[in-house]
Amino acid sequence: MKNGIGSQILSAAMAVALLGAPAAAGAQAPAPAPAAAPAAPAPAAEAKPFKLGVVTFLSGAAAGPFGVPARNGAEVLVEALNAGKVPAPYAKKGFGGRAIEVVFIDEAGGTTKQVSEYRDLVQRQNVDAVIGYISSGDCLAVAPVAEELKKLTVFFDCGTPRIFEDASYKYVFRTSAHAAMDNVAAALYVAEMKPKLKKVAGINQNYAWGQDSWNDFEATMKAIRPDVQVTTSQMPKLGAGQYGAEVSALMAGSPDVIHSSFWGGDLDAFVLQAGPRGLLKKSTAVLTCGETATHKLGGQLPDGTVIGARGPHGVYAPDNELNRWFRTVYQDRNGLFPNYPAYHMVQAILGLKSAYEKAQGGTDAVPTQDAVIGAFEGITFETPSGTIALKLGKGHQAVEETVYGVTKTVGGKLTFANVKRFPADKVNPPEGAKSVDWIKTSFKPAK
Amino acid sequence: MGDLLAVVVDGLIYSSWLFVVAAGLTIVYGVMRILNMAHGSLYALGAYAAASLAGAWMAGGRSPAGTYAMLLAAALLVGLVMGPLVERGLLRLVYGRDEVVMVLVTYALFLILEDAVKLAWGVESYFVTEPYQLLGTVEVGPLSYPVYSGVIVLAAVATAAGLRWGIYKTSYGKLLIAVIHDREMAAAMGINVGRVFLATFTLGTMLAALAGALTAPSVSVVPGMGVEVIVLAFAVVVIGGLGSMPGAALGALIVGVVRSAAVHFLPQVELFSIYLVMALVLAFRPRGLFVAAEVRKI
Repeated sequence: MKNGIGSQILSAAMAVALLGAPAAAGAQAPAPAPAAAPAAPAPAAEAKPFKLGVVTFLSGAAAGPFGVPARNGAEVLVEALNAGKVPAPYAKKGFGGRAIEVVFIDEAGGTTKQVSEYRDLVQRQNVDAVIGYISSGDCLAVAPVAEELKKLTVFFDCGTPRIFEDASYKYVFRTSAHAAMDNVAAALYVAEMKPKLKKVAGINQNYAWGQDSWNDFEATMKAIRPDVQVTTSQMPKLGAGQYGAEVSALMAGSPDVIHSSFWGGDLDAFVLQAGPRGLLKKSTAVLTCGETATHKLGGQLPDGTVIGARGPHGVYAPDNELNRWFRTVYQDRNGLFPNYPAYHMVQAILGLKSAYEKAQGGTDAVPTQDAVIGAFEGITFETPSGTIALKLGKGHQAVEETVYGVTKTVGGKLTFANVKRFPADKVNPPEGAKSVDWIKTSFKPAK
Repeated sequence: MGDLLAVVVDGLIYSSWLFVVAAGLTIVYGVMRILNMAHGSLYALGAYAAASLAGAWMAGGRSPAGTYAMLLAAALLVGLVMGPLVERGLLRLVYGRDEVVMVLVTYALFLILEDAVKLAWGVESYFVTEPYQLLGTVEVGPLSYPVYSGVIVLAAVATAAGLRWGIYKTSYGKLLIAVIHDREMAAAMGINVGRVFLATFTLGTMLAALAGALTAPSVSVVPGMGVEVIVLAFAVVVIGGLGSMPGAALGALIVGVVRSAAVHFLPQVELFSIYLVMALVLAFRPRGLFVAAEVRKI
């Protein structure tokens, strides 16, 4: 009798649960909160402020480890730029004398929402440029829209190589390296660290990021060590949280190395569940995004865990004046050291500033957007992470060196040992090549 | 052989966790016929409350053993505060409406609570690792397992036994069964249905929060942790039959063991396996394994 209704409810509820809820994970974010630039002093020049849209996760699972540190990085940097307090070569106020006014937008909610947010930023809020996007899905969705709306857009963190390998853009730039190098370097690092390496395994999230990361790692490993055997490749759902069976399956194969591109809460949960069971001691874990977890969870990582930071960021950032300055102002304001997404954000803002001022050509004039784009292409600029060069994607895609090291607790404090830096041209494909083909053809077994 | 043992142990642990997560959802639907979409948020609230209470406990320099009490206290607190608040403040106003309306109302509540959690705790992650790590590990065959997983199994057994005893062996349980079978007739016989609903929803909330509190030590408590749980809990209760407690137990067991077998032998289909089972069950028993044609049991 009532069961007929029951099954109707059921289908309605399942539809909401299966379709609505994941989208809602981000959709519960409030409408974009236009945050004014942090207490900007009066503009240095007569020109009106440079309005910059900044898109980063302010809610959802990616906010804590990535989105909010990136926003914090943008806030301290823009405030200092507007006050003219950033060390050389960035002493000029704002962008070429123009104050910067930031509009923050929450990246949560999925690609459809982000495309409309992007249109709103460009067409209604009339921003002069957009910096943003942590999710590769959002980058892939926004890039063609940026081209359509002819608005200068800088991707600061997303990892997929496909942006400039599958298409060509005039208005889109990416000031951080794509993710191929993270996994190529991870394979090179552990192969060198463990000459007797025989068995590897992986645990990655079941979506583009996790699958691409594992494929690149596995392909590099097979190229340099053809005899290495893969015991298991686990692909739990993004946000699964319970990894008991996965940890057992990983332990059962006793691999020498476990590769994981986990991030955020999933990475925390994996470390918390695998650590006490001894998995991270028996096998060496290589965590390509591990740096974001070390700040809170460092004590849970056994010595010898291989940690990446998606480039020379965070603990691996070089000891230059910009970095010393950035670490200090960020820590003074937020009480924590900046992690790699904060560095990526700074790279994007400084890249745009460099292009803007290069386009000015030493004057105080307001350059056209085309002039800024012309100056941006192939630019080389200084950042807290060292020198960044836009060498790929016809001068639109950055390459960086990347760095791996292993954890070592000294006197209760987490430090990094055996830190190895991989030069940019060793771990990034050459211009025009696709990462997957490049990995297969250019790595040879070491003697 | 070792593999099979691992499949069984992992499956049992995961099933127990699933059952604890799904029990509150089942009791609320069984008695009130409300498919509580906010279950995931209440689960997350339990986890956040556990992290905060345990954090405050540890900050006082007290013995880490007390954190177990904090987990239970968090479940009680969230249940006793949120249960009556939601039932009296919101659900009471929409009783008697179509069941689909209830889904939408509780879905709205889910969205509100997700944001409320963000306002209260921010987007940072919280940890309450002591209860998980204090107990150490135990060797089962070639693998080591955290003893804390045994706590989850015990919690599942205790929840199942407690609910069974409460429903079939107490006079209040008899009232509950009367309300389940015919709400109007029960009211006509003098049962205060409003009070039964209040008690049931509070219990359901408490069970959701308990699941969150017991999960918190093995994860980092982060925004969005409730979303995953709703989807999984639905798969479990749909397989068993909505509102059926033995159904939820069997559904949890099936999903847990199938998923564990997939992880060990064919990791590529891990995610798919759960929904394959659900689709198969629904194809042959559209109302789930334990829901008979007429009589609903809980």
